[in-house]
Amino acid sequence: MWLYAARRLLMTIPIGLGVTVICFALIYLAPGNPVQSLLPPDATAKDIAELKHAYGLDKPIPIQYLIWLGHALTGNLGISIQTNQPVLNEVTRALANTIPIAVISVILAFVIALGLGILAATRVGGVLDRIATAIAVLGISVPSFWLGVTLVIVFAVMLGWLPATGMGSAGSDHFSWFRWSEAKSAVMPIIALTVTPLGILMRTTRSSLAEVLALDFIQTLRAKGLGRTGIVVHAIRNALPQILAMFGLQLGYLIGGSILVETVFTWPGTGFLLNKAILTRDIPLLQGTILVLAMAFVLINLVVDLLQTAVDPRIKRG
Amino acid sequence: MSDLSITSRAAAAEEEREAALPRHVRGYWGNVWQRLRYDYVTLFFLGLIAVIVLSAVFAPLIAPFDPDKASMAHRLKPLFFHTNILGTDEQGRDILSRILYGGRTSLLMGIVPVVVATVVGGLFGVVAGYLGGRVGTLIMRGMDVFFAFPSVLLAVAISGSLGGGMINQLITLTVVLTPPLCRVAETATSQIRSMDFVDAARASGASTISILFHHVLVNAVSPVLVYASTLVSASILLASGLSFLGLGVSPPTPDWGLMLSTLRQAIYVQPVVCAMPGLAILITSIAFNLVSDGLRQAMDVKA
Repeated sequence: MWLYAARRLLMTIPIGLGVTVICFALIYLAPGNPVQSLLPPDATAKDIAELKHAYGLDKPIPIQYLIWLGHALTGNLGISIQTNQPVLNEVTRALANTIPIAVISVILAFVIALGLGILAATRVGGVLDRIATAIAVLGISVPSFWLGVTLVIVFAVMLGWLPATGMGSAGSDHFSWFRWSEAKSAVMPIIALTVTPLGILMRTTRSSLAEVLALDFIQTLRAKGLGRTGIVVHAIRNALPQILAMFGLQLGYLIGGSILVETVFTWPGTGFLLNKAILTRDIPLLQGTILVLAMAFVLINLVVDLLQTAVDPRIKRG
Repeated sequence: MSDLSITSRAAAAEEEREAALPRHVRGYWGNVWQRLRYDYVTLFFLGLIAVIVLSAVFAPLIAPFDPDKASMAHRLKPLFFHTNILGTDEQGRDILSRILYGGRTSLLMGIVPVVVATVVGGLFGVVAGYLGGRVGTLIMRGMDVFFAFPSVLLAVAISGSLGGGMINQLITLTVVLTPPLCRVAETATSQIRSMDFVDAARASGASTISILFHHVLVNAVSPVLVYASTLVSASILLASGLSFLGLGVSPPTPDWGLMLSTLRQAIYVQPVVCAMPGLAILITSIAFNLVSDGLRQAMDVKA
């Protein structure tokens, strides 16, 4: 197991480097030359020269990449064009708002999906199975941003129960999860984020559990007189590693892919920051945010893989 | 005259030969069709997709209004306002007509990137899976880098840098969808490559090209097709999300995601009307998801 863990750790390095190459290349994807996209449009010739020197933009591209990589590794992700703040500060502040709603959503999705998945897998073909499967199809088919807009229409516009957008009157700096007047503004973003992973996790639970339930040892358990609950407990332990792997993947998707829901609710997280960067064509901010989010995703995948190996003695990789 | 009698005699002989074969023997695709024929849910949603596609293609014939014709007097009208069945938008344009025309963009964004990604990703995947070794590793590790991004983030990264517009959106979606298809094709190919019948073909002197086309490709096609079909709905959702963020087609063109984004300003005036374009996305996405589930079952491909 330790050998596998070491190998898995080593494998992360080339992937991480690949991610930095793609993020670096984003500047060159943007129309116009990188100097233009790194500076505000009213920059003077002196600014341009200074920037070219600072970034080494007069050097060949591989050298430029190495310089940029050196900066990135030491936490220097450049300066946002719009706010003149270091990009790293902006991203960490936004991450602090994204991580809580993503974690709550994925746990909520996991709990509901596990329940529905067990209901469905123990009654394959039955009415409850069909209802649970229909919920899962709805979950994976619904555009999260439309669900967000619809939730706003129903609960904010028509019923007036919840605030339509933002993080409450105190703003993001003084937001508290323990005051309902503020925490209630997180309710709709959390629901909108929960639905897609709920659908995916339910399908994973159902299929992997149904697969285990069809194995011979379940027959043996039934023969020795074990009840339905006991059998499910045995089966779930066998299906859990697969479900946990999907859980980790979904957590990564939510942290990196919350841009649509955060835009709908103007929730000041990383997704909202990305949207701001796109609207203002703030390429350093876009690049830095994407780099941090992709690295977070790589890390989450690493942790999940290692946990899986630790949890499941059958996996002897390496 | 004599020509005709020869052909009809040949046809009769052909029929006789077919009649001599036992009736219940069907090929793989025959079995697939047989299973699909009695899967009424899949058939229903296949029909729904046909309706959606036809109404997008023939939008000019069935749309009640010109989708771009604005009217200052009839802005943001409710459902069933005179002949504007689904109401009007913030410029007084008919929502139903715009949804019908918008289907063209959405279906284009759902299908074209998936087809291109299937060809490109499938090709790389089959090559990587069949050759294995250094070339295979190089291709697959290259694809792994793209898996280090959540798909929405990758789409936003590329699209956000390239800028909006239909061509950029098509490029973005194709780049996002190619790596997963490549991986599925690689897995299927490397499994087939190690099977006995491939060794038998090689032993009897078949060339690499002929093994690839006659033995490997035909067997790898079902898992790749099933996976590609699941991506159509994903592609439509992703495309409408990009349009919602302003990274899709430019404003006067009707597009479901873009309509939802502009109508969002009017939720306090006409709440129900504002939800309509999203409903079109939802219905289309459900239809494609259920048809792909049906295909998976009919083709007997494991998830």
